[in-house]
Amino acid sequence: MKKIQLIAITLFAITMVAFVSSLFISGFQVSSETINSHLDSKGMKSEILKERLLNEVSGVEFSNSFSATGKIRSVFIESNAIHEANVAEHRSNKEWDKSNDERQNIAKGNYRDFAYDLMKPSGNGHVHENKGLWLFLTFGLASIASLIFILINLKVLGPAGIKNTGIYFENNTSKGWIAWVTFSFLVLFYIGLYFFPSVIINWTYIVDPVKDIFGGGGASQWFLYGLLYCTAMSIMGIRMIVKYRHNKYQIVRTISVVFFQVVFAFLLVEILPMFGLPGVDLKNAWPLDYDFLFDWNVTNLLANGHFGKFVFVWGISLSLVIIPVMVYFYGKRWYCSWVCGCGGLAETLGDPYRQHSDKTVKAWKFERYIIHFVLLFAVFMTIWTGYTSYQQVYHPDMDYNDKVTLLGISSDTIRSWYGFLIGSVFSGVIGTGFYPIFGNRVWCRFGCPLAAYMGLVQRFKSRFRITTNGGQCISCGNCSTYCEQGIDVRAYAQKGQNIVRSSCVGCGVCAAVCPRGVLKLENGPEFNRISPDNPIVLGNEAFTLNSDITD
Amino acid sequence: MQEHIVIIGNGISGVTCARHIRKRSDSKITIISGETEHFFSRTALMYVYMGHMKFEHTKPYEDHFWEKNRIDLVHGFVEDISYGTKTLKIRSGEDVSYDKLVLAVGSKPNKFGWTGQDLPGVQGLYSYQDLELLEQNTHPYGTPENKQRVKRAVIVGGGLIGVELAEMLVTRNIKVTFLVRENKFWGNVLPKGEGELVKRHIIEHHIDLKLESELDVIHAGEDGKVSHIMTKSGERIDCELVGLTAGVSPNVEFLKGGDLALQRGIIINQYFETNQKDVYAIGDCAQFDEPVVGRRNMEQVWYTGRIMGETLAATLCGEKTKYNPGHWFNSAKFFDIEYQTYGWVFANNREGEKSFYWEHEKGKMCMHFVYEGSTGKFLGLNTFGIRMRHEVINDQLNHERSIDYVISHLADANFDPEFYTLHEPEIAAAFNSQTDYKVQLKKKSWKRILRLSK
Ligand SMILES: Cc1cc2nc3c(=O)[nH]c(=O)nc-3n(C[C@H](O)[C@H](O)[C@H](O)COP(=O)(O)OP(=O)(O)OC[C@H]3O[C@@H](n4cnc5c(N)ncnc54)[C@H](O)[C@@H]3O)c2cc1C
Ligand code: SF4
Ligand code: SF4
Repeated sequence: MKKIQLIAITLFAITMVAFVSSLFISGFQVSSETINSHLDSKGMKSEILKERLLNEVSGVEFSNSFSATGKIRSVFIESNAIHEANVAEHRSNKEWDKSNDERQNIAKGNYRDFAYDLMKPSGNGHVHENKGLWLFLTFGLASIASLIFILINLKVLGPAGIKNTGIYFENNTSKGWIAWVTFSFLVLFYIGLYFFPSVIINWTYIVDPVKDIFGGGGASQWFLYGLLYCTAMSIMGIRMIVKYRHNKYQIVRTISVVFFQVVFAFLLVEILPMFGLPGVDLKNAWPLDYDFLFDWNVTNLLANGHFGKFVFVWGISLSLVIIPVMVYFYGKRWYCSWVCGCGGLAETLGDPYRQHSDKTVKAWKFERYIIHFVLLFAVFMTIWTGYTSYQQVYHPDMDYNDKVTLLGISSDTIRSWYGFLIGSVFSGVIGTGFYPIFGNRVWCRFGCPLAAYMGLVQRFKSRFRITTNGGQCISCGNCSTYCEQGIDVRAYAQKGQNIVRSSCVGCGVCAAVCPRGVLKLENGPEFNRISPDNPIVLGNEAFTLNSDITD
Repeated sequence: MQEHIVIIGNGISGVTCARHIRKRSDSKITIISGETEHFFSRTALMYVYMGHMKFEHTKPYEDHFWEKNRIDLVHGFVEDISYGTKTLKIRSGEDVSYDKLVLAVGSKPNKFGWTGQDLPGVQGLYSYQDLELLEQNTHPYGTPENKQRVKRAVIVGGGLIGVELAEMLVTRNIKVTFLVRENKFWGNVLPKGEGELVKRHIIEHHIDLKLESELDVIHAGEDGKVSHIMTKSGERIDCELVGLTAGVSPNVEFLKGGDLALQRGIIINQYFETNQKDVYAIGDCAQFDEPVVGRRNMEQVWYTGRIMGETLAATLCGEKTKYNPGHWFNSAKFFDIEYQTYGWVFANNREGEKSFYWEHEKGKMCMHFVYEGSTGKFLGLNTFGIRMRHEVINDQLNHERSIDYVISHLADANFDPEFYTLHEPEIAAAFNSQTDYKVQLKKKSWKRILRLSK
């Protein structure tokens, strides 16, 4: 049995090597038609850009995405530099018309998306020619190998129960080199995904056959990400269910979170556009969904008939009504551990790393500063972008600069900083990339503005609490160790106090690992939910407990 | 001058006492302890060995806690106490004087004078040092079979620490033979049904459980280390490790020969006072001259250590308070099966007591209720594999509820995680068919649970 598991791990490692090497073994040859039509469709007028692309890029056989990206980058940047220099010169000569004309030649956007668009239709070589084979070699075999490994655990780990044996000895789960390799892989992956999509273009070829099911058109990096996300969550979700097969709360919760990811965040987003509707993730709520009030989203929704308007109203009621009401009744867990995609990945792919969250009081203080800062940032950004959207809808003819400027600050600036710092770096690169070293909920704990918002409700007005079972705690520390949110659960349990914390995502793992049955996540009356500071713990009759209010 | 309270022992009882003194007063507090610099949870030693946690995780308070709360820590062993001059001597040579002294020195594993009990490879499991020794005596986690230092271990004594040790060793792929003197597991505490349930589960984990066998002699091999043991019935078992887990006894060796009254433990009254002025004892090391009615004169569990610490702190701060623990409760885990107990369930019913025992068809859950035959008064409950709500059961015991009340209100008492299958209908049906009672299950009521109504 252990031998088969070893084979499965080896196979998995091979598929990972194949996945990474696929980036290097396929070339690109961009045709002149691709260049011409792309420049036309984007309205890029620069002759310099066109000429240089036709001379230096078209027809050239690039051996991999890095060299192709590099070349396109230099052409793009150099051409823009020439035009910018010309603009400056015309301006200094006070030739305003010329300067304005020349300005049209500066290519908008960034070279990364430009390179991606030119390269996506231009691949050749093994990966590009054998997409199905590569899909099987990577996604297929990796899934099979992981499933074999996971299912064998049913036998190897013995009867159902908490099996955290060796977590602090195993290389991967105790920050050994495997953890660091995984960390580097994830961080690089996110940097590629957000900032250099053309570099990982071969991976999008691998999933093109899947995209074909949803109407084709070639997979984008976001489709790749979605598919990878769903695959990882489904397989690691099965692992979670095997691991906690004695615990129904964990089973139900895991099925739920995987379901919402696969159906709402992936399938619906892909299927809706097949019917001419906007592909929206209906469960994604502001302020996690930070671009909800961006002008392009608002105008897009309002332009999409009844469905678009429904989505718009749904989004607002989700954030302002449904979420607080549900948090009141069930705690923020209903979202964080049952529905949310970020939470879902953390609870499945991230579960092996949950013990790495920092439990110190210091970390708690830091958490409260930074997460509420992000919430404020999100609120400000939304006010500014909302203003822009409002003007866009009601005063479409207004000057662009006036639309984006409120109190002298440009909503474009705020939103691009937010998108970069919070949307990409924090939630992606740090949030997921850092799993193996800092634990699986870095984003949810320190960065997610929606978590901050729900946390405030949970802390001050909710029926949810983790009840501490009288005096049964033996201060062993399992609960605190395995709390992914870094809550020192034991600090409350050993005093006989209920745990009411804004950051608790209700994963239920503290209650699962407690060897003495001390903790229970439950919804109940608000009365005494936050335990009074009793002098002593239940079981000592020498004093009276404050909570003993009747008889 | 500020009063100086010195506490020997930084276990749960000593530390709880110190914390509560600090809550109540401004006295100078010093804790002297030899085992580790900071308080850790002894009950979690197993999880460190199994790799669930690191040692740091077993510390209930961050290291800055002590300074912040002005509790001075001295890491060292007290060798001698002079009660007349109120001073004590620490092994490193330092003298400390006290105004009041609290002895919270815990226990040590029992050794019953077996031949070979001090050989290398023979050890108990109590202290941090025992954990380190166990690491030395065994091989690291994940060692391939052909490089294992220990192939088989023998554990002597079937109690809670024995099971924990067995579970620990199994994670290092060591085969375990478990010698238990009684004819059922933890026989002096568990009734037959529970004993059988635990026994089955231990065997399910491939432990070679030998009931009614006793250790006779431990033999060494040529290298001077343990090589095998002989049981009283003459069976030879080859092994490289012997775990002695046949109970614990108060750690009072260093107090002997002085003026302090000792028997098995340090003799105290209900106020934890010893026979020496201003000297108190709490926790595992204490022995009541007259136990609280219905309880043992030595209580060596975590909870009682904590309760004693809470109570003594009041006395030391001027509010003289008697030891008055509420209803007995305890809990443990046997491999994957959790156990809780409330009130009194004895291995054999006492006179006039009746039992109702329910076991789930899969044999991994059971509940055992004990009540007074004549009045039906509920006396206690053992539960395996189902969590119960301490507050509710405690309240039922306080109110001397009858057994049918307890059964019909099982939903209030259940503490299993949400979505778990509830076995209450099955339990109630079994109760009704085994007894003359006809109970109807009541719906869970938060009002009752929170004692907002009766
Ligand atoms: C492996 C294991 C598992 C357990 N599991 C449970 C459980 O699940 N539930 C439960 O209720 N109970 C359990 N117990 C029992 C529980 O841990 C003890 O009852 C409790 O720790 C006793 O606390 P204490 O403060 O009285 O003494 P201790 O924790 O023993 O503390 C006494 C301290 O005093 C120090 N000391 C002693 N003499 C001196 C001296 N001369 N100078 C300086 N320092 C000295 C010792 O080194 C020690 O650190 C378990 C015990 C063990 C060993
Ligand atoms: S306190 Fe418990 S339920 Fe809440 S996040 Fe931590 S482990 Fe999960
Ligand atoms: S896991 Fe349970 S017994 Fe251990 S410290 Fe937490 S609440 Fe207490």
